[in-house]
Amino acid sequence: MFNDATNYAQQVDEVMLFIVISSVILLLIVTVAMIYFVIRYNKKRNPVASQISGNTKLEVFWIAIPTVLVLFMFYFGYAIFHESRVVPKGALIVKVVGRMWEWKFEYNNGKDSKELYLPSGKPVKLELTTLDVNHSFYIPAFRIKEDVVAGRENYMVVLPQKLGTYDIVCAQYCGFHHSLMHTYLHVVSNDDFMKWLGTKDSLESNNRFQEYYPVKKLLAKN
Amino acid sequence: MENADTASYVDFYHAEGKHKGILSWLLTTDHKRIGLMYMCSMMTFMLIGMTLGVLMKIEMLTPGKTIVSAQTYNAMFTLHGLIMIFLFIIPGLPAIFGNFMLPLQIGARDVAFPRLNLLSWYFYMTGGIFAILSLFLRGGPIDTGWTFYIPYSIRTGTDVILPLLAAFILGFSSIITGINFVTTIHRMRAPGMGFFKMPLFVWSLYATAWIQIIATPIIGITIILVIIERLFQMGIFDPALGGDPLLFQHLFWIYSHPAVYIMILPAMGAVSEIIPTFAKRTIFGYKAIAYSSLAIAFIGYFVWAHHMFTSGISETSRFIFSLLTFLVAIPSGVKVFNWVATLYKGSITPGVPLLFVMLFVFLFSIGGLTGLVLGSLATNAHLHDTYFVVAHFHYVMFGGTVMIFFGALHYWFPKMFGKMYNEKIAKWTIPVIFVGFNMLYFTMFILGYEGMPRRYWDYLPKYQTLHVISTVGSWILVTGIIIMLVNLINGLRKGPKAPMNPWGGKTLEWTVPSPPPVYNFEEIPVITHGPYYYGGEEEK
Repeated sequence: MFNDATNYAQQVDEVMLFIVISSVILLLIVTVAMIYFVIRYNKKRNPVASQISGNTKLEVFWIAIPTVLVLFMFYFGYAIFHESRVVPKGALIVKVVGRMWEWKFEYNNGKDSKELYLPSGKPVKLELTTLDVNHSFYIPAFRIKEDVVAGRENYMVVLPQKLGTYDIVCAQYCGFHHSLMHTYLHVVSNDDFMKWLGTKDSLESNNRFQEYYPVKKLLAKN
Repeated sequence: MENADTASYVDFYHAEGKHKGILSWLLTTDHKRIGLMYMCSMMTFMLIGMTLGVLMKIEMLTPGKTIVSAQTYNAMFTLHGLIMIFLFIIPGLPAIFGNFMLPLQIGARDVAFPRLNLLSWYFYMTGGIFAILSLFLRGGPIDTGWTFYIPYSIRTGTDVILPLLAAFILGFSSIITGINFVTTIHRMRAPGMGFFKMPLFVWSLYATAWIQIIATPIIGITIILVIIERLFQMGIFDPALGGDPLLFQHLFWIYSHPAVYIMILPAMGAVSEIIPTFAKRTIFGYKAIAYSSLAIAFIGYFVWAHHMFTSGISETSRFIFSLLTFLVAIPSGVKVFNWVATLYKGSITPGVPLLFVMLFVFLFSIGGLTGLVLGSLATNAHLHDTYFVVAHFHYVMFGGTVMIFFGALHYWFPKMFGKMYNEKIAKWTIPVIFVGFNMLYFTMFILGYEGMPRRYWDYLPKYQTLHVISTVGSWILVTGIIIMLVNLINGLRKGPKAPMNPWGGKTLEWTVPSPPPVYNFEEIPVITHGPYYYGGEEEK
C-alpha cells in the first residue's frame, strides 16, 4: 500500500492506514453487535423484550472514546499536511499555468515546457495560476493537489525523490475536455535536469489530449 | 379487533370533497394527498436520475467514448446530480413521509398551514419542470456540474440561468415546508405530548426544518448573484471583473453543506421509528438521539469549508474546518451506537423495514467513516475531487438516505395505502441491492485512492478493470431496485388489505385505520407515555 515516490506520500499513506484501521474496527464492532443482537434476541429466543431506556455511563463512554480518537486523527492529518505548506529556503520555483485543457510549465531561466521536469532530492515550490477557469493540479503518486483558482496564485510544495515518470491530472471540473487535461511529471537526476534546462523550449507532449487529437500534434510539428 | 371499525369510516381516498377526479388531488389541502403527490413526482425524478446514472456507468466501461461524447457525459453527471439532490434526496423524506406522517404522529388533523403546503408542492413542480425544460431550450443541457463553480458557469455556452432558477424556486418550496413543519410541531401537538414525548422522526423533522429555513435563503441569494453576474457582468464572483470565485464557493457551501444534513436527518429519524417497532422495546437513549439531531444541525453550519480544503484558503481555515468536521462525526456516531443498543434484549422480528435499517447502518457507517478520511487534511489533499469522494457521498446519500427512503416506504406502505406487499420478495431484494451497491461504489474508493479524478469522461487504461466491476454492480443494483418497486406496485394493485397496525408500532399513526380518514383522528388522543412505550417503567 505504501507509496515511495516521495517521503510525504508515504506519510499520507500512513495517516490513511491509521484512519482506515480504526474505522474498520469500529465498523466491525457495530455490524457484528447488530447482527448478533438480531439473531440472539429474536422473537423466538427472547419472547419478552426488556425495556431499557438508556444508560448515562454508556452514553458518556461512547461520546468520549470516539472524540479522543477523532481528535487524534485530526492532529495526525494536520501535522503531516503542514509539511506540504512550508516553503523551504532555496526551493526551486516553477510556474504552473493551467488553461482549458492543458498545462504549461515555466522555469526561472525563461524556458517553457508542456511536461514537467523536476530534479530529484530538491524541494520545489509550484506556483499555480490559470488563464481561464478553475483547475486543480493533482499528482496522484505524490498524494497532493491544490486548486488553480482564477484570479489568484496558489502554491504547492513537493520534494521529488524516486526517479521516474508520473501522471499529472486536472481534478477540478473545467468543461468539455476536463478528463484529457493530463500530462507527465519526469523526476530526473540533478545533472539530467540541468542539462534539460539548458535546451530549447519543449512544447511537445505525449499527453492524453494529444492521443485523442493527433492532428494537432502533426500541425505543431510542421 | 383491528378491522372491526373499518366498515364504519371513509378513508381519505374515498372521502367526498369539494372537487372530484384529478382536481380532488391538484386542489387538495389534505397533508396525506399532498404527501402522495410528492411521492409520485419524486419517484419519477428518481427514475430519471437513476437512468442517467446507469448510462454514465455504461460510458465508463471503456476509456474514451463508449456510448456518448464528452459534452453529453458532462451534461449527464450535472443533471444526475441536480435531479438526485434538488428533486429527490433533499425534499424526499420530509416532503413525502414528513407530510404524510407528521400530523398523524403528533395527533393533529393536518399541518398548520395546509394551503401553503399545497403551494410548496406547486413550487416544487415548477422547479422540476424548469429543470427539465432547460434541457430543450437554447444552449442545451447545463454542463457545469451541480456545484456550478464560477468562472466556468459564467463562461459556458450551455443554459445556466433556467436550471439555476429551477433551484431557486425549489428553495422556496423547501423553506415553506420548513416553516410549516416548525409551526406544526410547536403548535399542534396532542395534549400531553411534551417535546420529549414526541416520536424521534418528528424530532428529526424539527431539526431539518430549521436548517431549511435558515440555510436555504443563502443558496437563493447566491443563485441570484450568479444570474446577475451572467447577465450583467457585475464583477461579484468573476475575477476578470474584480470579483472573487472563492466567495462563490463559500456561499455555495454555506448552504450546500447543511443541505447534506437536510438529506440525512429525516432518514435517521425514520430509523429511530423502525428499530423500536421491530424490537418491541423502548428506544435506547431517547434524549441522546434527540439532542444529537440538534447538534448535527448546529455544528453542520460550521464545517462548510471542508469542501474547499484544496482551494487555496489559509492554513488557519483548513485547521479549524478540519477540526470541526471531525467533531460533527460524534453525534452521528452517538446515534448509531444507540440504535444498535436498542436491539439489545429486544424481542426482534426481522421484518423488511428492519432489514433495510440494518443495510443502512452498515452502508451509512462506511459512508461516515470514510468521511473521516476526507476530513483529515493530509488525506484530503490526495482524495479531494476523486472517485473516493464520489464513493463516500453515495454511501452516505444512497446507502444512507435512499436505503431508509426504501425502508420507510416498506414501513409506512400499509398505513399509506391500506394494502400489503409481498414480504418474501421484498426480503429477497435486499441481498441483491447489497451486492450491487457495494460492487458499484466500493470499487470507487479504490479508484479514488489510485488517483482517478471525478467528472472524467475519459480515463487512463489502468483503471479499466475496476470501472468494469463497478458498471456490472450498477446493473445488479438496478435489478434489485426494479424488483422492489414492481413488488410494491403489485402490492398496491392486488395486495391483501393491511390491518391498522401490522408491525405492532406504538406511535400514533398506528392508532388510526389504514388508510386514515380525512381528518385522521375522530378524537384527538391524550398522551400519557413516551412514543415507544411497550410497558415497564419510564425514564422521567
